Amino acid sequence: MSDLLRLATAGSVDDGKSTLVGRLLYDTKSVLADTLDAVHRASVDKGLSTPDLSLLVDGLRSEREQGITIDVAYRYFATPKRSFVLADTPGHVQYTRNTVTGASTAQLAVLLVDARKGVLEQTRRHAAVLALLGVPQLVLAVNKIDLVDYDEGIFEVIAKEFTDHATALGYPIGSVLSIPVSALVGDNVVDRSAHTPWYSGPTLLEHLENVPVEPDPHHVPFRFPVQYVIRTNTAEHTDYRGYAGLVAAGTVTKGDEIVVLPAGLRTTVARIDTHDGELDEAEAGRSVTLVLADEIDISRGDLIAAAVDAPAVTDEFDATLAWLSEKALKPGARVLVKHGASTVQAIVADLHARFDEQKLSTVATPDALQLNEIGQVTIRTAEPLPVDDYSVNRRTGAFLVIDAADGSTLAAGLVGAGLSALETDPSCTGGGNAAVSPGP
Amino acid sequence: MTTQTLDALDRLESEAIHIFREVAGEFDRPVILFSGGKDSTVLLHLAVKAFWPAPVPFPLLHVDTGHNLDEVIEFRDRTVERYGLRLVVASVQDFIDDGRLEERPDGTRNPLQTVPLLDSITSNKFDAVFGGGRRDEERARAKERIFSLRNSFGQWEPRRQRPELWNLYNGRHRAGEHVRVFPLSNWTELDVWRYIQRENIDLPSIYYAHQREVFQRDGMWLTAGPWFGPNADETVEELTVRYRTVGDGSCTGAIRSDAADIEAVIAEVSASRLTERGATRADDRLSEAAMEDRKREGYF
Repeated sequence: MSDLLRLATAGSVDDGKSTLVGRLLYDTKSVLADTLDAVHRASVDKGLSTPDLSLLVDGLRSEREQGITIDVAYRYFATPKRSFVLADTPGHVQYTRNTVTGASTAQLAVLLVDARKGVLEQTRRHAAVLALLGVPQLVLAVNKIDLVDYDEGIFEVIAKEFTDHATALGYPIGSVLSIPVSALVGDNVVDRSAHTPWYSGPTLLEHLENVPVEPDPHHVPFRFPVQYVIRTNTAEHTDYRGYAGLVAAGTVTKGDEIVVLPAGLRTTVARIDTHDGELDEAEAGRSVTLVLADEIDISRGDLIAAAVDAPAVTDEFDATLAWLSEKALKPGARVLVKHGASTVQAIVADLHARFDEQKLSTVATPDALQLNEIGQVTIRTAEPLPVDDYSVNRRTGAFLVIDAADGSTLAAGLVGAGLSALETDPSCTGGGNAAVSPGP
Repeated sequence: MTTQTLDALDRLESEAIHIFREVAGEFDRPVILFSGGKDSTVLLHLAVKAFWPAPVPFPLLHVDTGHNLDEVIEFRDRTVERYGLRLVVASVQDFIDDGRLEERPDGTRNPLQTVPLLDSITSNKFDAVFGGGRRDEERARAKERIFSLRNSFGQWEPRRQRPELWNLYNGRHRAGEHVRVFPLSNWTELDVWRYIQRENIDLPSIYYAHQREVFQRDGMWLTAGPWFGPNADETVEELTVRYRTVGDGSCTGAIRSDAADIEAVIAEVSASRLTERGATRADDRLSEAAMEDRKREGYF
């Protein structure tokens, strides 16, 4: 079992996300005395009788002034079983942008709903975005359960509605869990609540500690973006030439036959080097340096891949974009695409469809893509790229869209992933989405 | 030769190495901020691993307040020598001597570091500046990106940060702008100490318990010395102490401790009810948003 879990929160404003995160930190004793003193002082200054745990996480001056979370923050806590990296995302207006940012690296997402309000459109929209981004595990925290008198019936209705929605998005039954919690009081967050005898499942923390999460997919073929060429010529290392990078997917073993893309040249792995010595095998997530059997021309931006099952090399591909910029996307826009360690010029040739957030359905051939909108496009690149489908490979199927003029990040790109995953309106054709499942 | 499964420290190490290599691939003139403290020493250790068997392709930059403990300067010079690196020093004292900076009434020099730092970045045309900052240190730091764009005044604009997606880092910047890079973003204080133990990393001796002449000021034990004091109403005592962070001697306090080796330090850090900054950094106590305000000005 992995001893490190990366998770993200999602939910709308005032669902109590900051309080829940504060409660997790507080009840796992991850908050130290001087930090807590500061929260107590600030709570008293605000005229509160109990400490406002959201103050533990809302770190910017303007966040504390307005009582809202402005930007994604990262929190760290640990129990004897696991370490956690938590992306604490705001639920405010710019929801998609922040959910996408938090979810891109998450292995699990905690979605909050207010027990008094139940599953909202925002909840379904967030779940759809999480499914699109391939977050493998979902938790629905039904918060403020104390405000509905710990009513089992209310919880069951919300849990069922959400589970049905997640299943329609492609989540297998075992990957979705609903938990009745009160972040304010502390019910079922870290400590089991005496108020919910009807709930037999784990507390939120117990689930986070025990949920099985494949650290990285092993069944997918080997992928290795070349980041940097290490060359040196010393008495100890004569004419050393190694290709440095992080194994993006699969496993590489000494002696494996590989192909270097986009050129298509083949050779074998002579050595897998690290500062700590040679390895026989390196799995996804490890930074290593590969020394190859033959001298071939390789530079930053190339992709080393398993010779059998190499990705397609193409200068035109379909993709889904989550648009993150105030500058709208118009078809024909010239941009930069960063894929792996490669940055190339590109044109967003066609804008086929846009996800309608109100109806949770798609709109064909829109004029533009605005901030926080998700759309389906065709991208043409100046140089061919070796791309995988995002639903198969979360690393080599992902790319950034960058503004060539000012360098800003315009969009999160997902190769090939269809918008059909987002079409969950019951009035649309039913059952057509089941084929899209959260990627590895 | 072995096959190993990655544990949490391996993952943090691999992520940091990945970040170092991205910067080496995308920037023209990176530099590593090096104070001789534990975080920047771990940072340098990771850089050595990232480019082995070639040397680290960046120089080091030390912002020297002029009020450093001797042990730290000695360690800095020894480390530079050991790895054969180039050291650039930005000296607060030089700026005070020629009138570009003014000594503060409270004698604290930590806030004065920003001007020499930015001046050195500009004059050396550094475009990427590695720092050992961790998001667990402070609430404002929790909002920091791994690649953090600074404008031409070196300022951090928290509302205008780029989203950071997957492990695809965007290092684009315009002339005059630079990027602060934090490879230890996802590490906690305890991760750093466990890594120091695992990798057997050499640190300045002040991190371990030793006898020292100290005096108490504002609830902190400060080293007695030519710059720091004591004042007439403060009494010097010889105590067994150690430092949790390395910073300007005028505002960085020692703690009473018998933790003389790495195992004892880890036990002590695990059990501590105080954060490292809350325990020993006077400058972070100035206001609720002290760190945020300094970062906006261009501090690291």
